Amino acid sequence: MYLFKYILKRIALMLMTFLVIITLCFVFIKLLPNIPAEQFGKDMALIMQRRELLGYNLPIIQQYYRFWKYAIQGYFGTSEVLYIGQDVWKVFVSKLPFTVALNVYSIILSIPLGLVLGIIAALKKNTWIDHLISTSVMVVVSVPSFVYAFLVQYILYFKLGWASATMDATQGAFSWIGFKSMVPAILSMSFGTIAGFARYTRAELTEVLTSEFMLLARTKGLTKAQATVRHAMRNAMVPIFPMILGEFIAIMSGSLIIEQMFSIPGVGKLYVNSIQASPPDYNFFMLLSAFYTLIGLAAGIVIDISYSIIDPRIRMGAK
Amino acid sequence: MILVTLSLTQESEWGRSKMTEKDYMNIPKEKFKLANRTDSHDKKFDTKVIGYFADAWIRFKKNKSSVVAAAIILILVIYSIIGPYFCNQDYIKSYATDNIIMRYQYLTPKLSFMEGTGIWDGTKVIEVSQNRYYRLLAQQEETGNKVIVEIVDKFVREDIFRGPQTIYKVRIDNYAALKAFLLTLTVEQYNELQDWQIETGIQVIMPVTNVNVIGGDHNIWYQCDEKGNPVFDSKGDFINAYATTGIDDYYSTRYESDPYNVGNKELAFRYAQRTGVSGNYNYVVRVNAYKYFQYRYGFEPSFIFGTDTNGYDIFTRLASGARFSFILAILVSAVNLTIGTIYGAIAGYYGGTIDIVMERITDILSGIPFMVVTVLFQLHLSGKVGAIPSLIYAFVLTGWIGMSSRVRMQFYRFKNQEYVLAARTLGATDWSIMFKHIFPNSLGTIITGSILVIPGVIFSETSLTYLGIINLDSPTMSSIGSMLANGQSVMSSYPHIMLYPALFIALLEISFNLFGNGLRDAFNPSLRGTED
Repeated sequence: MYLFKYILKRIALMLMTFLVIITLCFVFIKLLPNIPAEQFGKDMALIMQRRELLGYNLPIIQQYYRFWKYAIQGYFGTSEVLYIGQDVWKVFVSKLPFTVALNVYSIILSIPLGLVLGIIAALKKNTWIDHLISTSVMVVVSVPSFVYAFLVQYILYFKLGWASATMDATQGAFSWIGFKSMVPAILSMSFGTIAGFARYTRAELTEVLTSEFMLLARTKGLTKAQATVRHAMRNAMVPIFPMILGEFIAIMSGSLIIEQMFSIPGVGKLYVNSIQASPPDYNFFMLLSAFYTLIGLAAGIVIDISYSIIDPRIRMGAK
Repeated sequence: MILVTLSLTQESEWGRSKMTEKDYMNIPKEKFKLANRTDSHDKKFDTKVIGYFADAWIRFKKNKSSVVAAAIILILVIYSIIGPYFCNQDYIKSYATDNIIMRYQYLTPKLSFMEGTGIWDGTKVIEVSQNRYYRLLAQQEETGNKVIVEIVDKFVREDIFRGPQTIYKVRIDNYAALKAFLLTLTVEQYNELQDWQIETGIQVIMPVTNVNVIGGDHNIWYQCDEKGNPVFDSKGDFINAYATTGIDDYYSTRYESDPYNVGNKELAFRYAQRTGVSGNYNYVVRVNAYKYFQYRYGFEPSFIFGTDTNGYDIFTRLASGARFSFILAILVSAVNLTIGTIYGAIAGYYGGTIDIVMERITDILSGIPFMVVTVLFQLHLSGKVGAIPSLIYAFVLTGWIGMSSRVRMQFYRFKNQEYVLAARTLGATDWSIMFKHIFPNSLGTIITGSILVIPGVIFSETSLTYLGIINLDSPTMSSIGSMLANGQSVMSSYPHIMLYPALFIALLEISFNLFGNGLRDAFNPSLRGTED
């Protein structure tokens, strides 16, 4: 019962935060001068008429009301610059599979690898294996993702010719060709996640391995492997598991830089394009900002709640 | 401290039984005397007192990797500040005004003392067709610079359309292989250049050719077919195709092979084409790019990190980009430190409702994706205050949250401790308790936090400029991100354009993280002695 109340409270707070952010975002976007420049070949009268019909000349409060009225029905306006006249929601949904595919592949690769590396480093603490893993993890965590994205692209494509430089999106996101051409992007995306998980797992596991119940487990006759799997791993997973969950929530958010570098037509690239267009495509910007905000908030809340479910000792927000 | 006690036992009339409250109030001054004057001192410390910072310094020094990282950061900072002053300023200053620098794009890194080693000497191994090979050979013969350093390999490759092709794998000197180009000079400029040629003996101006220019290549000075394949004479040498003239109305230093030198004025080479109307002549001349550089900028072209797609010197561009990043990061860190500390101190010290309201505000602010903040600031403010201030605002708007939550935690930890209670009992104001008593105790955390902000800011700034969301690129200014973006399109053939900025940012981020971690450990007194 307590947990249920806690979850409800968290979700209510999240929605409130979300609402405030969206309102701020909406107002700031609407305050911008959004009248297209006059240009030869443009029918300004027609454009003005369209803007009038779309309600762009109404007071902001009324526009805001209309925004929510239509947003609830799944309509977030039409694109003005990038995909002129198309429903931004439909364009967004068509881009989503590419981002999801990239992230799913990356997660499938990186979570097991990260955990295994972390476990090895913890079990072989202060040996050369641990030093090797810890040092490379430190390097990978520090170096920005685009630096090793360059390296991957340069080595795999230009030097060895094993993979393509950019993604071939003609066959769809989950096709074999799509996967094959996405390999450099997946690798570049995974490095950071692998390193993050390895570091975290190592830290947690080393702490658990030195605790007294491990000594007890060994004393009562369990082998080291048994004790590690049955006692140490389970306890170490308490903080790690929420991280994995958070990673899954963030599946859709994608990486702006990786998508830009490897020409993956995903959500991140759409976002960057909508900002870089002149004038910026405000409807896309609004929708995607709301999307990213929601993902970020949801990931945070899922992590907090899963903590409380996994480990009853932890009650976030408890008095 | 001198102890003053009232020695009641010696004076019998002041015995306990006789005392009333009124007596206590009016004890005469003479009744007081100093007690234990001689042996009331604490034992002096035998050991030396180690302050908080000295202690942190001792622990920091023990962590070798952090010390190395700090040294690297120092080197990078010094490089970013004074690096450009080691380079020729004429070349850097000409970025904005001079389109000639486009002729010196894509030059590979060269260190003058590495010459001949094959590494970092401005050379590069490329595969060329026979046609191109002859062009390089001809260029070498005409300019006298060693264009082809060595022929690595020569083989025949089967081409589907053109049949077997002879391919030369050669190591060329990118600097010597700079292409000749045409230049339009006024009479004064022309005379000045001629004077310089006579003075130094370096032949910058090359004779104008009769050949149709193939693919914009002004290097072809020999007789050739329409594809540029040379026609050789009986000895296998190139036959020159220089334009000849009778008596020209300009003077020029001449080639040794010029027939003019042996008195054959009819066949003398022509060194300039005169254009324009009478009284306002211009001379169009074909110049050797390498030697023209010497004339124009006063030194032989040699760039430690090479040049980028615009011909900008990467060494100085990188330094200026890095300097911008450092200044931005330190500024943001300082502002975040101020705001975050005050905010976190108030939230943590007062607690209760104030804390809840303030936490809600930070929750909302931290929920906004950074990209959205940056873009909104750019759209709203960059027109009014410029791109850089609006970037700083964006960093500051949400950047202080991490610092404030850290400070808040520290205040929660310390605010109920005895020394705070003592201070409050003595009548200290809230403000002085916060910043005189609690704040110094959380100083270690705050310093570590503000150091660790710096790599984060540099990383974000680099990402934003790389994506082109913020464009700081101009002839006089640069950023690491835009340098990376600049090199990306030509990554396959000129990886050095990307290599140095990427290396720089990687080194910087690793060093800052190591340094920050070392600092965190150093400021954590609970780790004292654990390393021994």
